[in-house]
Amino acid sequence: MPSLGPAAIHCDLVISLFITCYNDALFPQTGQAVVTVLERLGHTVEFRAAQTCCGQMHYNTGYRQDSYTLLRQFLQVFADAEVIVCPSSSCVAMMRDHYPKMAEQLNDPVLQAQVAAILPRIFEFSELLTDKLGVTDVGAFYPHTVTLHASCHGLRSLHLGSKPADLLKQVKGLTLLPLPDADQCCGFGGTFAVKNPDVSAAMLSDKLQCILGTSAEACAGADNSCLMHIGGALSRQRTGVRTVHLAEILASTEKSS
Amino acid sequence: MSVHVGEAASALPFPEAAKKMVANSQLRRNVRHATNVIRAKRDRVVAEMDDWEQLRDAGKAIKDHTLAHLDEYLIQFETACSKAGGQVHWARDADEANRIIVDLVKRYGSDEVIKVKTMTSDETRLNVALEAAGITPFETDLADLIVQLGEDKPSHIVVPALHRNRMEIREIFMKKMGLDTLGYLPEDLTAAARKYLRERFLRVKVGISGANYLIAETGSVVVVESEGNGRMCLTLPEVLISIVGVEKVIPRFEDLEVFLQLLPRSATGERMNPYNSIWTGVTPGDGPQAFHIVLLDNGRTKVLADPESRETLDCIRCGACLNACPVYRQTGGHAYGSVYAGPIGAILTPQLQSMEHSETLPYASTLCGACYEVCPVKINIPEILIHLRTKVVESGHAPLAERLAMKGAAFAMSKASRLSLAHAFARLGQWPFNDDGKLDNLPGLLAGWTEFRDLDAIPSESFREWWSKR
Repeated sequence: MPSLGPAAIHCDLVISLFITCYNDALFPQTGQAVVTVLERLGHTVEFRAAQTCCGQMHYNTGYRQDSYTLLRQFLQVFADAEVIVCPSSSCVAMMRDHYPKMAEQLNDPVLQAQVAAILPRIFEFSELLTDKLGVTDVGAFYPHTVTLHASCHGLRSLHLGSKPADLLKQVKGLTLLPLPDADQCCGFGGTFAVKNPDVSAAMLSDKLQCILGTSAEACAGADNSCLMHIGGALSRQRTGVRTVHLAEILASTEKSS
Repeated sequence: MSVHVGEAASALPFPEAAKKMVANSQLRRNVRHATNVIRAKRDRVVAEMDDWEQLRDAGKAIKDHTLAHLDEYLIQFETACSKAGGQVHWARDADEANRIIVDLVKRYGSDEVIKVKTMTSDETRLNVALEAAGITPFETDLADLIVQLGEDKPSHIVVPALHRNRMEIREIFMKKMGLDTLGYLPEDLTAAARKYLRERFLRVKVGISGANYLIAETGSVVVVESEGNGRMCLTLPEVLISIVGVEKVIPRFEDLEVFLQLLPRSATGERMNPYNSIWTGVTPGDGPQAFHIVLLDNGRTKVLADPESRETLDCIRCGACLNACPVYRQTGGHAYGSVYAGPIGAILTPQLQSMEHSETLPYASTLCGACYEVCPVKINIPEILIHLRTKVVESGHAPLAERLAMKGAAFAMSKASRLSLAHAFARLGQWPFNDDGKLDNLPGLLAGWTEFRDLDAIPSESFREWWSKR
């Protein structure tokens, strides 16, 4: 067993996984990795099957009414969850930045109180590990060169700072290569990528240049939506570089890798 | 009332205009170089300020307070300015402002004007109105001169010719100033501009300016600049006319302490502007002996009426959001089809003029938040972009395919059982496009995605399916 450090203080938490809609359908392996890591640290993971989506796509594109329904649904599903983990920085940012505002727009004091009560219990995956569980070494082994994409919401909304990198630095065998212009958006922006495909592609092309310049084998991140965007171009251009969610790196061990 | 913002009403939709810009390698190189240089300077001089965050808060507080009492402060300004010998005119919209200014120039018997630091006059298309009345406008700010001689449009709030490089400027000058030879060093170009402009500074009797601030308590007008051409324009002519948006007023002289720190550091990465001109009405025997100021609404009070987006009017036109914006950095300013480009333009233009003329602008952003991070008066631009997107959707103007997709997604997400069904349908539906685990040629809305990127095929088992089998 690897040394788990201060994590021992917080053993036996019941952690509720909010997988998010797109990870559920497109990146099940990320959810599986979150489960693997948290269980390895001695916690219990639960999955509430009634969950669907945080409403980010609808809210950000202007479909406010639809996002209200999803807000109410989220609160209903997770109201009594002790700790909620979400492996997507932009979905956590959606909840933290916009849920209070949405409840205010709806002029619903009960909803406002529910939002205020639940937000402190929602953690982005790297936040959960480093802040709530107080652990950076999760006993992972990943013998590859990796660069790290910060993701705008992780950077500017959640202020994740060095948290994802702190976790990667503790991974045995991993070489972390710094990504130039890490604060620049990859050009995804949800529906932006399809509404403004040319500008999005131009931004993505700059991002790819930075990633390829590091000579890393893989580009890691805490948000599969950016990684899907970046990975789509890495694949189209046959670069041979892959994208990988932080949780999947942390889940791999000397046995599994 | 007829509000127009330059030629934004007839501009191409942003995605179409942007497509042309991103294909222009010279433009992209110029914009990238210039924004990189300004960003680096800005970051350096902001980092050396211990109280930068407090300054931002103070700037925002002053602006928000002023907007909440705009009527009182404007009247206070009018009273103080009139008392000092200035004449205050009120213009409801662009046409009215242009009419007032054309009449004034004619009344003073001039058929030419020198202009400086007035983006607002680009908003009203004053030059078009002046030329139609037989009056020749000469832009004297170096960048505006380059734009005017190049028969071009400004592409940046602070650096209007940012999309041009030295070689292009040299060509424009040679052609339009009738020069046979001209060096390509900065000093060669500025020497040519100086010679061309000085003659006009000394000859033309009427100057037209914009303003950075109006001070309510003293009736003073403030213009900051780097070249000194503004100082010439503001002091040499016999008559000075300033055209200023009503949101530019601040209550007290001492409020400048905040803004004269925030603005230069954010705009050009300077600790202080090289030229800070402040004048109050008319001073006998010194400077212009007649001073007129046109206070322009042109949609601003409509913006003020919307509590969710009125902070748009806090803007001090520093341009930091443009330099920080990853979209602007790819397209430059012309793609926005407005005198106001970049993130601030994407929220200001659609609010000033009628929304249906610029419905693609609120979507010209990835909501990355870089604009909000650098804004010296903390305008939450991403939040306002979302608010404006909601207006587009609620007016029923969003594309049909998008509306259907969003409704379909909302229906599927409203119940987990429906979501599982949607997963199954999507897995079936992707079959014709699945090329060895990659989708590379999708139809409809997703065509924009697969034009440039692959998409991994939807896995055969969702997370929830995997979990239920555990």
